[in-house]
Amino acid sequence: MKPLSVPERLTKNRFNLDEDESHIEVNQEIAKATGTGKAIVACCPAHVYAEEPDGTISVEYAACLECGTCLAVAAPGALKWHYPRGGFGVQFREG
Amino acid sequence: MTETAEPDFEVIVVGAGIAGCITAYQLAQQGRSVLLIERGEAAGAKNLSGGVLYSRGIQEIFPDFLAEAPVERRITRNVVQFLNATSSVGIDYQDARLADPVNAVTVLRAKLDAWLGEKCEEAGVLVMPGVRVDRVLTEAAASAPAAHAANGTTGKRVVGVQAGDDELRAKVVVAADGVNSFIARDVGLRQKEPLNHLAVGVKSVVTLPRETIEARFNLTGDQGAALAVVGDCTEGVGGGGFLYTNTDSLSVGVVVRLDDLTAQQKVVTDVFDHFLEHRFIAPYLEGGELTEYGCHLVAEGGMKMIGEVAMDGMIVVGDAAGLTLNTGLTVRGMDLAVASAVAAAAGIGSALEAKDTSKAGLAGYRERFFASYAGKDMKTYAGAPAFLERERMYRQYGELFANVLYGAFNLDTRPRRHLLSVARGALKHSPLKMRQLVSDGIAGARSL
Repeated sequence: MKPLSVPERLTKNRFNLDEDESHIEVNQEIAKATGTGKAIVACCPAHVYAEEPDGTISVEYAACLECGTCLAVAAPGALKWHYPRGGFGVQFREG
Repeated sequence: MTETAEPDFEVIVVGAGIAGCITAYQLAQQGRSVLLIERGEAAGAKNLSGGVLYSRGIQEIFPDFLAEAPVERRITRNVVQFLNATSSVGIDYQDARLADPVNAVTVLRAKLDAWLGEKCEEAGVLVMPGVRVDRVLTEAAASAPAAHAANGTTGKRVVGVQAGDDELRAKVVVAADGVNSFIARDVGLRQKEPLNHLAVGVKSVVTLPRETIEARFNLTGDQGAALAVVGDCTEGVGGGGFLYTNTDSLSVGVVVRLDDLTAQQKVVTDVFDHFLEHRFIAPYLEGGELTEYGCHLVAEGGMKMIGEVAMDGMIVVGDAAGLTLNTGLTVRGMDLAVASAVAAAAGIGSALEAKDTSKAGLAGYRERFFASYAGKDMKTYAGAPAFLERERMYRQYGELFANVLYGAFNLDTRPRRHLLSVARGALKHSPLKMRQLVSDGIAGARSL
């Protein structure tokens, strides 16, 4: 099977993007101080998080597969993460 | 029991997965008024699992399940494989008895849960998709605070849910909202789990012609195979890989424990790619097309993760209650969701009958669950998670087994030694010590 990048894989999925509201918010200071930033970059299967050259964590919330792994590894206060609003986000056809 | 407002429904179920749908279905069959709220566009749209459902429990609820439900293949072949970088040792168990009667099937949850949602509607459940529950509505419980401290209750009574601007009230709320269960956390019934109780599963669904799948896995008709893999598939991180056959696709993935993934500072998608590209896995996927990519947080704590499952006006079922079981050979979650739903529907039914939906009134749910085969299995395998945290399982054993077999099969013109002597030699060169082998043997025998 041809190796695909994570963004290429995500193009196979169906998403209803919530244009008005992100369901993810990183507290940059706490994320940096606690190591949460690097941890969520490494553990997210959708590569929602990336570390920018200035050390901040950017968030591509549209790619989120809503597993909650980032929230599980995040230190208290470093990450606000909840499910997207009803009907939005990934919609699995296989599952 | 005092009621401040007339409830809109007798029961509100949050989350249309297996546990939520079956709880709602059985309550509706009892004649109860039930609302089932789902945040996805339809039942199943947010749901994902590895894919093997041990199906006897759900067949008791739906006698025509195998004929009617969107099941993929019936598992007649189980392979358990220790994978090393350049070698692999496995047990390949095929048995016609597993097909008659059927014991396990592969499923794709977006399809299965959509079917369960239809069954709920047919039974009279009001299904409300596309709605996210933001929080539960609580009131101070009727009894005195001291009483709550004494019997372990929160002092709050759940009276309904809030979704956007809408408030919906019920006598009982069922939190069936999955492993993250924001609802149970919101009211303090669950706390944040330690990382060794959690794993992340990453999965691809890869389409292949059904004839190709049957030829590759030595199957005919609707027979299916399930491969469970440990070792180099996760680059030594605690966890494993899986490969399950669907009708015309494969479910392939890894599940890695979060404490070990973060401690070893691995990138989860690198671990997944390593598995897909492994010399003994890639040939199964050759020529396949990716159809969907997904992931899921997995509860791995077993019995230790099950805390309180009821409070005044609310119970927790399925993944939200931490109900999963990894015995090393079988990995279970969906059948436990079924069993918890059956216990929940019966427990709630009795509580409504007795007009007491307090924690004490709902206690029948927990009792029924632990009296069921699923609850008993949770207790039997209570020691399994700690055993499976022994890191030796994920690298050293596979190499030891392969080295013993290499000694036996590699006829290199030197005179042969007895197998026991080969094994001793292999152990001597392995980082494993005899006392570790003995310790693991005893612990494994006790916990698995």
